[in-house]
Amino acid sequence: MKNFEYIAPTDTLVATQALSAEPGVTAVLAGGTDLVSLLKQGIETPTRVVSLRNIPVLRGISKSGGGLRIGAMATVDELLASKAAAPYRSLQAAARGITAPQVRAVGTVVGDLLQRPRCWYFRNGYGLLAMHDGESLVPNGENRYHAILGNKGPAYFVSASSFGPALVSLGATVTVAGPEGERRMSVADLFRTPDSESERETSLMANEIVTEINVPSVSGWKTATYEVRQRQLLDWPLATASVAVRERGGRVSDARVVLGHVAPTPWRSSEAETALQGKSLGEDAGAEAGKAAVAAATPLSQNKAKVQLASVAVKRAVAMVA
Amino acid sequence: MATKYDWPAADDRSLIGKRHARVDGPAKARGAAKYSYDRNLDGMLYARLVTSTVPHGRIIGIDTSTAERVPGYKGHVNIVNVGDEVQWVGAEILAVCADTEEHARDAAAAVAVHFEALPHWVKEEDVKKAGEANRVQPAKDDTKGPDLEEAWAGADETVEGYYGLGIITHCCLEPHGQVVDWTGDEITVYASTQAVARIPADLARGLSRDESIGDVSADAVHVITPYMGGGFGSKFNIDTWGVACAKLSKMTGKPVKLMLDRDEELMVAGGRPSDYGNVKVGAKKDGTLVAYESETWSTGGIAGRGSPPLPYVYNNEERLAQRARHLNVSTNIGPARAWRAPNHPQAAVLTMCPLEDLAAKLDMDPVDFFKQNADLTARPEVYRYEIDKCAEMIGWSEKWHKRGDSGSGPVKRGLGMSLHTWGGRPHDSTCEVRIQPDGGVSVNLASQDLGVGTYTTLSVVAAETLGLQIPDITVNIGSSKLPISGASGGSTTVGGTTASTRRATVNALEELKAVVAEALEVDAADLVAKAGKIFAQSDESKSLSWGDACRKLGTRTITGQGKQPDREGGKLNDSGVGGVQMADVSVDVETGIVTINKMAAVQDVGLVVCLEQCESQVYGSLIQGIAYALYEESVYDQATGKMLNPDMEFYKLPGAGDIGELEVHMVQNKYDDRGVIGIGEPPVISPGAAISNAVANAIGVRVPTLPLTPDRILAALENA
Repeated sequence: MKNFEYIAPTDTLVATQALSAEPGVTAVLAGGTDLVSLLKQGIETPTRVVSLRNIPVLRGISKSGGGLRIGAMATVDELLASKAAAPYRSLQAAARGITAPQVRAVGTVVGDLLQRPRCWYFRNGYGLLAMHDGESLVPNGENRYHAILGNKGPAYFVSASSFGPALVSLGATVTVAGPEGERRMSVADLFRTPDSESERETSLMANEIVTEINVPSVSGWKTATYEVRQRQLLDWPLATASVAVRERGGRVSDARVVLGHVAPTPWRSSEAETALQGKSLGEDAGAEAGKAAVAAATPLSQNKAKVQLASVAVKRAVAMVA
Repeated sequence: MATKYDWPAADDRSLIGKRHARVDGPAKARGAAKYSYDRNLDGMLYARLVTSTVPHGRIIGIDTSTAERVPGYKGHVNIVNVGDEVQWVGAEILAVCADTEEHARDAAAAVAVHFEALPHWVKEEDVKKAGEANRVQPAKDDTKGPDLEEAWAGADETVEGYYGLGIITHCCLEPHGQVVDWTGDEITVYASTQAVARIPADLARGLSRDESIGDVSADAVHVITPYMGGGFGSKFNIDTWGVACAKLSKMTGKPVKLMLDRDEELMVAGGRPSDYGNVKVGAKKDGTLVAYESETWSTGGIAGRGSPPLPYVYNNEERLAQRARHLNVSTNIGPARAWRAPNHPQAAVLTMCPLEDLAAKLDMDPVDFFKQNADLTARPEVYRYEIDKCAEMIGWSEKWHKRGDSGSGPVKRGLGMSLHTWGGRPHDSTCEVRIQPDGGVSVNLASQDLGVGTYTTLSVVAAETLGLQIPDITVNIGSSKLPISGASGGSTTVGGTTASTRRATVNALEELKAVVAEALEVDAADLVAKAGKIFAQSDESKSLSWGDACRKLGTRTITGQGKQPDREGGKLNDSGVGGVQMADVSVDVETGIVTINKMAAVQDVGLVVCLEQCESQVYGSLIQGIAYALYEESVYDQATGKMLNPDMEFYKLPGAGDIGELEVHMVQNKYDDRGVIGIGEPPVISPGAAISNAVANAIGVRVPTLPLTPDRILAALENA
């Protein structure tokens, strides 16, 4: 591991000022469940690590306005225990899907959003785009876990976030602090698909910190997350779906369907949303939404099964809100 | 002929065959048990390996100049040299040591190795492509039994299918490695090894190859391994890193620790060969199996390896027409090591899966089919008994249905079974038992406990023989200075060590009886040791407590010697066991996810020494079997030649929530007169085949290859 300077300021502004505007030079530490292994593997090699642990305003989960505020240092366990967060069923389901007590205890919700992809080419040091001799290793390589949507290249990894799809389906925003002050953006806009190795999978600047997530009220909404996971032991989902629907007169009036682990970002499926619109939430509606969600999928050489898994995830998530 | 060494008769056993808690359990639970990885000696240095980053290449330069300037750098030794070829990513090139683990990592990272790249190949399942890459060699073509052509012509039903399983690793919880302390003329090695007594000669040989070191005597080497964290067949040798570690210790005059990282462990220190193949089986209408033919191929690295014994279990050479061909595929991956029951789990998949497919085609219940054909096995009566017992445990007659669960809903349930066999002939062993004047008893031999119960079984044997209790016995193993005993591999340890211990204890007791006989004025042959006393059978009032008996020794310590083998030493062990396992699974046909509801295992091992340790071996095997049936797979990338999942994240193992209910039955009191037979390998053989068969029964189609991952399940359903 490369040596680095470690600081743990008590103030967000000081923290952002300690970060370099140049990518890769500094790193932000919250729970550390991802960063520490990246440091050990030499995939992240910062000269300074800025810990957020001593900044009181970043802690806690609470009601805020009509919605929910999740501080940057709030852990998965805190989300599971929070009364304020209890109505947010799709978030709770995503939290329960993280089956390691260790990760729940120290891993943060914001850290889950910002974790690096689990792509095994990336984790083996071939970079975010897995380039080797000028070509991506993924399309002709071992791509069973890679993207089936938004995978025209050069990025083929999948977003590893458990909470991203649910938060996008809930219309959540993040507050981002930088040396120049604060800005807000939707969680959907936080994620992006990089076009080159110099870009990252989020739209954060290198010297910005996500300070909190704000989730609008779910009053009147039915929400659910369904994860297809092979093991009970901590395991990356093969595909997930988060849905949020509102009904009027027994028919769907608003639907948001977001898939996880199928694309470089949480993948909002307007096709599935359209399929649900105006329908009653029976079994057929879910199956049709599932089919619509993957109609445009372009599987790679080894990940055809993910098309089916994503479709089933949508169907079952819809069944959970029916 | 009966001898004084024979195991006590069933009604005369107070400890043998009963359940006893593991004697080393408390020390392990407290953390008092020191593994090699736990050794931290004064002034110890830390070593790291520099390994190959290319799958095949010639080394054209090694530059250590930057590494030598890393703070804390203390030295390095080459394992290979400029001009040598490396044949897999992770191949050992040199070892470097420093004052801290971090500095050692920095120094290792600072070594620049330059390669001339050579062509590589890491894939074997597509054997045609491997052939085009010139990687395939014929390895075997065995035809046995009745005429094959005639047998096929006479078969009423045949099944032809493709079956297989990929490469997995040993994934030892304690990785390979050791601490070496070379002080003066003495070399102390704290090695994580399955072969305490073999390592001294192995290390001395490795060191003596280096002219700058010169001749090293095996007697200068003392191996200390009281506890070790798993080997499964991968830890018999000192390995290049052990020799390098010793050289670094000599060079620096300090103890040096070199334990592999998890990724190194998975890439180079363990590997079970794959096996894939096309298999054809045929039977008469009444279910009589008449022919088996296979063409299989496998890889275990550059040397190939992995030819399974086919057909498996059902292999009577007089009555079953059979032909088994095998091809070796040479690949640039970490070399295979013996993996628990080498080649047998593969053979079970390549035999029991086609046979269950054949039973389905014959419209027969597999229980009937496997029982009916048991005459083709070496031990028909054992298997028939075990099949019935196992079927009772899993509820076969209530739960079994014909292929394809007809129930509604996406979750389908099914049952499957498999049979296995293993030798387990005892290894050679010598033992010295000491009886002290204060009543203390120690059992001394250079064996090892891989976490399987050696401490416990030897305590049981000595205590039973002396009429004492388990806590009265001290077992000293894990040191190469003790009387030599075999390496622990192939299920040979329990048969070998219990025999040498039994004989040594009987011999020691005889000497004590001679002293007691004089004191009690009785005939020594009239004395028995039981319930903490030594007394005359003819007159039980003539008796001494164990402590009083030993005090009669005055200042003398008794030593009794025992050996395995020993022609006059009674029949204490044997080889050749049978086992049957059944699986009850649920398969979600929309997601392809398999859930284990229950596994049942029935196992014969002759005489059970400690029931609890025996059962634990079977539980562990079932878990390890579920792992390779559903989850484990080494994934190699052809373009880079790299293993992509040398971690605990995508090299998947089951957790407690993934293994379902496990029920184990050890066959006791039926074959006890055969003596003790090993248990380590046999129960890990069947799970893959049994689970694959249960999945086929549940979903109605065969999923050809293991692990049974969702993508493979869905593909099989789609292709059906």
